[in-house]
Amino acid sequence: MEWLVSLAIGVLTAAGVYLTLRARTFPVVMGLTLLAYAVNVFLFTMGRLTIGAPAIIDKTAASMQYSDPLPQALVLTAIVIAFGMTAFLIVLALKARGELGNDHVDGLILAKEEQAEQPRQQSTDAQPSAQGSHPPKKEAN
Amino acid sequence: MTHLIAWPVLLPLITGFILILAQTGGIHLRRTISFLAVIGLVLLSCALVSTSLTGQYQVYLLGNWTAPFGIVLVLDRLSALMVLITALLALGALWYAIATNTDNKGAHFHVLFQLQLFGLNGAFLTGDVFNLFVFFEVLLLASYGLLLHGNGRLRTKAGLHYVVINLIGSTLFLFAVGALYGVLGTLNIADMAAKIAVAPADDLGLIAAAGLLLLVVFGVKAAMFPLYLWMPRAYANTSAPVAALFAIMTKVGIYAIIRIHGTIFGSEAGELAQYYAPWVLGLGLITLLLAALGVMAARGLREQVAYLVLASVATLLIGVGLMTPAALSATLYYMIHSTLIAGAMFLLADVVLRGRGIYEDRFEAAPSMPNAIAIGSAFMFGAIAMTGMPPLSGFFGKVLILSAALDHPWFAGAIFIILSAGLLTILTMARSGSFLFYRTLPENAELTATTPGEPLNRMAFVAVITLFFAGPVLVLFAQPITEFTESAGNQLFNSTAYIEAVLSTPAVTEATKR
Repeated sequence: MEWLVSLAIGVLTAAGVYLTLRARTFPVVMGLTLLAYAVNVFLFTMGRLTIGAPAIIDKTAASMQYSDPLPQALVLTAIVIAFGMTAFLIVLALKARGELGNDHVDGLILAKEEQAEQPRQQSTDAQPSAQGSHPPKKEAN
Repeated sequence: MTHLIAWPVLLPLITGFILILAQTGGIHLRRTISFLAVIGLVLLSCALVSTSLTGQYQVYLLGNWTAPFGIVLVLDRLSALMVLITALLALGALWYAIATNTDNKGAHFHVLFQLQLFGLNGAFLTGDVFNLFVFFEVLLLASYGLLLHGNGRLRTKAGLHYVVINLIGSTLFLFAVGALYGVLGTLNIADMAAKIAVAPADDLGLIAAAGLLLLVVFGVKAAMFPLYLWMPRAYANTSAPVAALFAIMTKVGIYAIIRIHGTIFGSEAGELAQYYAPWVLGLGLITLLLAALGVMAARGLREQVAYLVLASVATLLIGVGLMTPAALSATLYYMIHSTLIAGAMFLLADVVLRGRGIYEDRFEAAPSMPNAIAIGSAFMFGAIAMTGMPPLSGFFGKVLILSAALDHPWFAGAIFIILSAGLLTILTMARSGSFLFYRTLPENAELTATTPGEPLNRMAFVAVITLFFAGPVLVLFAQPITEFTESAGNQLFNSTAYIEAVLSTPAVTEATKR
């Protein structure tokens, strides 16, 4: 069972790392989700893998086997946090897609235009109200 | 047992909930509640510092379970100091946000601000690694909201980087915590330190790997090389009060390194005692060099201040990496100085930006801004303090760190890099000052009419001046403050006392209550 679980963690982590290194926001979100899954399984494993053991130490039982309840509590917390963070990241990625006009993590194509026009055009940063007048640029790609 | 320790965590949390309910009550009500809460926090943190002066660890058992089983809050001099710095910085930032109406640009500024303080204070007071993770997440989630407060495309772009890198950091944090728990079977910092001292030799490699993984996580928070690339752009593009508050965010990483690594891998840890120190020192030196180059390359004042913050973080990392009580004491002194002055510099950059109209804070010739003399004087003051020239606090902090570095085998390299980085930042700050204040375009009625800068907002400027006051105060009261930081440094080095204090605190029973 150990090798199966560790293989699963390894594959999840490798896929997660690969996807977070991609240039577009959607694979990055997927990659972070996979990393979160991997770390959840990892945390769970750190309480040692047992089957059918109670979550309390029973001195009278013959085997003295027990399953550690603490990692399960940690995993629960980690799942909730990762879930909330992923939801936030998706909303932010959509916002970036809408405002930057492309889904590059670096906003790569628009950034060059912005730099070129910066001396002339006031940055939208200081005047959010002016933003409506600058529709997203023609989609890159 | 006193409940005082729990209040700096509870007060911002409760205020945050009240502020959500007060959403319909208008901006004035929200401002009043938020401001009063921060004043209360300043008073509370003063009480905490005076409690910590006794030199005893104050351990608060949440849920009244004794240490390795329940979660604890621990107050020592370092935590008390960090909570106080946070409260003072928050006061300045909140004042500026209210005076410039920044807080009205989005819906939940005050709620997020209070929750950010909740996360920060929790991280500074907790004595449990997993709780530290949870408080990190609280402060990060609040900071994501604050960073994006108001609008702007550049802000969204920088915010996306910030969120992604911190999510990766959180995942690594969980991997490290999980590995440590798997080997040591505990999450309490004091108990971990006690367990590492008696860990079998086979497990040491795994513990060391998990410890360095934690260092990576805290390095992301502290913007340590090579993990600092997210930081200048995020800080330069957010709104000024948020950037000012974020001056403490990088220090959370430094605090976590001092607290977690300093305690767990302290002198008791046998083979692993202080094995992380050369990493911190070396990476701190590289960060400092690159930060100085970043200061020189910055195109605008806000970006420059962000790189100055990076330089101060790097100096702190060097202080931590030197690994002596004297160096740690100097680090804490420099931490007070750099946090408050950096916050004030972010606010000042915004004052300059508002005064220059469409030229913003870019280093190019522009018509003279209104009240240029007052703003320019404040800039000169801040630049002197920030770059570490006498007679202000930055100089004292640097001298203390340099004198502590003399005993270290790497002293030549460390002193060379600190001094040359100082020289580069001094030159560059002089250059940016002359760009912003001296190299003005001639008076031109047409140009001035088309590019009006805002007149100086006096109420907002008060916040900048108040935070800058930290500079002279730190110099005038250098004696008592260095005494405090010295005893804090000694306390941190005595990790045995920390372990004993946390693990021996009894639960409250009916008898002890009376």
